[in-house]
Amino acid sequence: MRTGERPKGVIRWITTTNHKDIGTLYLVLAFILFFVGGSMALVIRTELFAPGLQWVDPDFFNQMSTLHGLIMIFGFLMPSFVGLANWQIPMMIGAPDMALPRMNNLSFWILPFAFLLLASTLFIEGPAPNFGWTLYPPLSTTYGPDSTDFLIFSIHLMGISSIMGAINIIATILNLRAPGMSLIKMPIFVWTWLITAFLLIAVMPVLAGSVTMMLMDRHFGTSFFNAGGGGDPVLFQHLFWFFGHPEVYILILPAFGVISEILPTFSRKKLFGRTSMIYAVGCIALLSFLVWAHHMFTVGMPVAGELFFMYTTMLIAVPTGVKVFNWVATLYRGSITFEPPMLFALAFILLFTIGGFSGLMLAMVPADFQYHDTYFVVAHFHYVLVPGAVFALFAAIYYWLPKWTGRLYNMHIARWHFWLSFLAVNLLFFPMHFLGLAGMPRRIADYALQFAEFNRMASIGGFTFGIAQLLFIVVVIQCILRGPRTTSRVWEGSHGLEWTLPSPAPYHSFAIPPKIE
Amino acid sequence: MFLCSSLAQAAYRLDLSPGVTEVSRKIYTLHHMVLWICIAIGIVVFSVMFYALVKHRKKAGARAAEFHENIWVEIGWMVVPLLILVALAIPATKTLLFMHDTEESELSVKITGYQWKWKYDYMGDNFGFFSELSTPQEAIQGKKEKGEHYLLEVNHPLVLPVHQKIRLLVTSNDVIHSWWVPAFGVKQDAIPGFINEAWIKIEKPGTYRGQCAELCGRGHAFMPIVVVAKTATDYQKWLSEQKLASLTIDLSSRTLEWLQREGKAIYEKNCMTCHQGTGEGVPGAFPALKGGRVATGPIKQHIQTVLWGVEGTAMQAFKEQLNDVELAAVITYERNAWGNDVRVQHNKTEPLVQPADIQSYLKKQ
Ligand SMILES: [Cu+2]
Repeated sequence: MRTGERPKGVIRWITTTNHKDIGTLYLVLAFILFFVGGSMALVIRTELFAPGLQWVDPDFFNQMSTLHGLIMIFGFLMPSFVGLANWQIPMMIGAPDMALPRMNNLSFWILPFAFLLLASTLFIEGPAPNFGWTLYPPLSTTYGPDSTDFLIFSIHLMGISSIMGAINIIATILNLRAPGMSLIKMPIFVWTWLITAFLLIAVMPVLAGSVTMMLMDRHFGTSFFNAGGGGDPVLFQHLFWFFGHPEVYILILPAFGVISEILPTFSRKKLFGRTSMIYAVGCIALLSFLVWAHHMFTVGMPVAGELFFMYTTMLIAVPTGVKVFNWVATLYRGSITFEPPMLFALAFILLFTIGGFSGLMLAMVPADFQYHDTYFVVAHFHYVLVPGAVFALFAAIYYWLPKWTGRLYNMHIARWHFWLSFLAVNLLFFPMHFLGLAGMPRRIADYALQFAEFNRMASIGGFTFGIAQLLFIVVVIQCILRGPRTTSRVWEGSHGLEWTLPSPAPYHSFAIPPKIE
Repeated sequence: MFLCSSLAQAAYRLDLSPGVTEVSRKIYTLHHMVLWICIAIGIVVFSVMFYALVKHRKKAGARAAEFHENIWVEIGWMVVPLLILVALAIPATKTLLFMHDTEESELSVKITGYQWKWKYDYMGDNFGFFSELSTPQEAIQGKKEKGEHYLLEVNHPLVLPVHQKIRLLVTSNDVIHSWWVPAFGVKQDAIPGFINEAWIKIEKPGTYRGQCAELCGRGHAFMPIVVVAKTATDYQKWLSEQKLASLTIDLSSRTLEWLQREGKAIYEKNCMTCHQGTGEGVPGAFPALKGGRVATGPIKQHIQTVLWGVEGTAMQAFKEQLNDVELAAVITYERNAWGNDVRVQHNKTEPLVQPADIQSYLKKQ
């Protein structure tokens, strides 16, 4: 379809098969859900501001923590990185569009319905899902509310969407690279997405299978997870974490890719150890299939099993370490400037590494018996996901937004966004390490008096973090409406095919593939 | 002195406690080892990073160097972390093997998780009891001051002897719970249909507190664990007292007022979280007792529901949890509260249930 024939208004967005349009749709949906999931986190932090039950019923508290987890992972982080992939992969490999544009449209438009179905559980009779995003039976089967079935179908829809998205990304990367771009020359962000897409295809069916087994147990008389009928509740945990651990890397590997693109630009120096970076990502992806049981050391595993999963988990520290060391070596003797994407990328390295350290601590099985299911774990995975994956996302948007809109954004407000987020995220999550070590279990609506001070700090940090994100919306809207025009290079040190296109990138780019030396 | 104690208190709140068992101390040592290794690595990596950020700024006139790979450096920062990991894995493995050695225990206690309380059975001595939160509702709702052990206090603590190796058999009656006492270094999931093993050997008499660690529904925050460790002689004395008390329950008939009053208290502890104080339940999740089919229907069915629960739902079996007097009281309360007495009369059935009724029901089984 040529530009002139494009439908206008709502119909354009519903029928679009353009990778840039679909990328925008993914990002818009993701940020709507970011604020929905964030509000739920603030309900949690409000109740936990002081000991005692002040605001919500403990069951509603459980519904909030369940939906917060599900929405942030499946509704915010995954779609936002798929949005980035849609915008960037074709432009970075010199392709005219994604390989399967109609499927691309479908895989996006399934998502709003999946999340409407999930959100509807709050409004139908009876409680919304209230058993944690990990869905452990029998709390989610025999004891689960009616709305659990809505959740199961919603997860099926998300799974279908993710698998289609992943197939599309793999097909695009393997088939549509510009002539001369061998796999090894491919930008590192594209590499991380290629590996992530394979992870998605490998594990989303496992999740779909597990929730289907839940559905069977609930309504069709099977006993997969019911000891009374010869099943085993722990089987669900094995299946769930066989999906769940690679899922963590699905969220973080594209973030690694983003950081590896941004650091060289603002250090004006090539990425250190490019090849070993790619191998490290591959290693992490493979190891991610061998570590799932470290989420469940307390279920009563044989000692041989605990040792196996401890060793494999500790091994992941090696390729992850390689990545961090290579990033630092990239900075070393560069010519560094601190634009907003760089600030977020640097904070990523610092704070993600802290999350990595607590991850190593959690791998030590004997110590894990103390850390498991406490706020120490909550601190750990929030450090990996918020100043980790979310900061990488902000870095990516601040990096590529001028290319998408053709306009610069207000650097001053963006810096405020960064510094507020940076301080607040630490005030929010660092005290949680202490809470966990002092003995506060996770997912409790009320707590003993000795946990009061750190909870108050975390709640204040939470609200500050929430408010800081409004600045981000201001920056983006102002950029789209009124930002000053920018050049095709945008950044002094930018490198790669997308920067050879004019800004804003034309609706159809690389209709004729570029030549790569 | 004051400064010292407040510092000690502060340190305790920032870190794991060393605890009172050999296991918990070994864990504490391991925790510190890995923590300090992480801090050391962090200092090295972040120092280099911040050095670069300060020295190699463009503003400071830095020009970018050309280097972008070095195979020996890269091999180096794979091998060194690997060696550190091996150094960590050795003590971790040793501690883990020590923790798994459940042989030669002198006493076995079965721990069963319930929504939302614990049951402790002394296996060799054939007796057991339920242990539930004793913090009053008013304190939780903020209508009364919160005591020192707010949410960490129970009506019947688990009593154990010191210096004896005790085997814990952990299981659950409904959903997954997790029995955790930080001072012992024990956290063991309670899984319905399966029995997990752990062991403890407490070194110091005292009171130790913990909580359920696995999300188990609405009352997850409200099922603490309290263990009182006693010397061998005190423990034996306590044990014989308990056995005596469990034999003497007065089964004589009570007045309606007495049963309603006692029943209300039992209802508030055991039933109210689901069926609500108003008896109206939660639509779609927990059925209403106010005007409900069972609570205003034939006595036999009401007794049956409370004693055996309803399979495939959250309704538990209370036969083992309450004694015959308590059962009679709570059933009587449910049949008379919220205007149910009118419906009971209308349905031409009895409003009053005596302990003897429960016993004759059980005999007919
Ligand atoms: Cu529990």
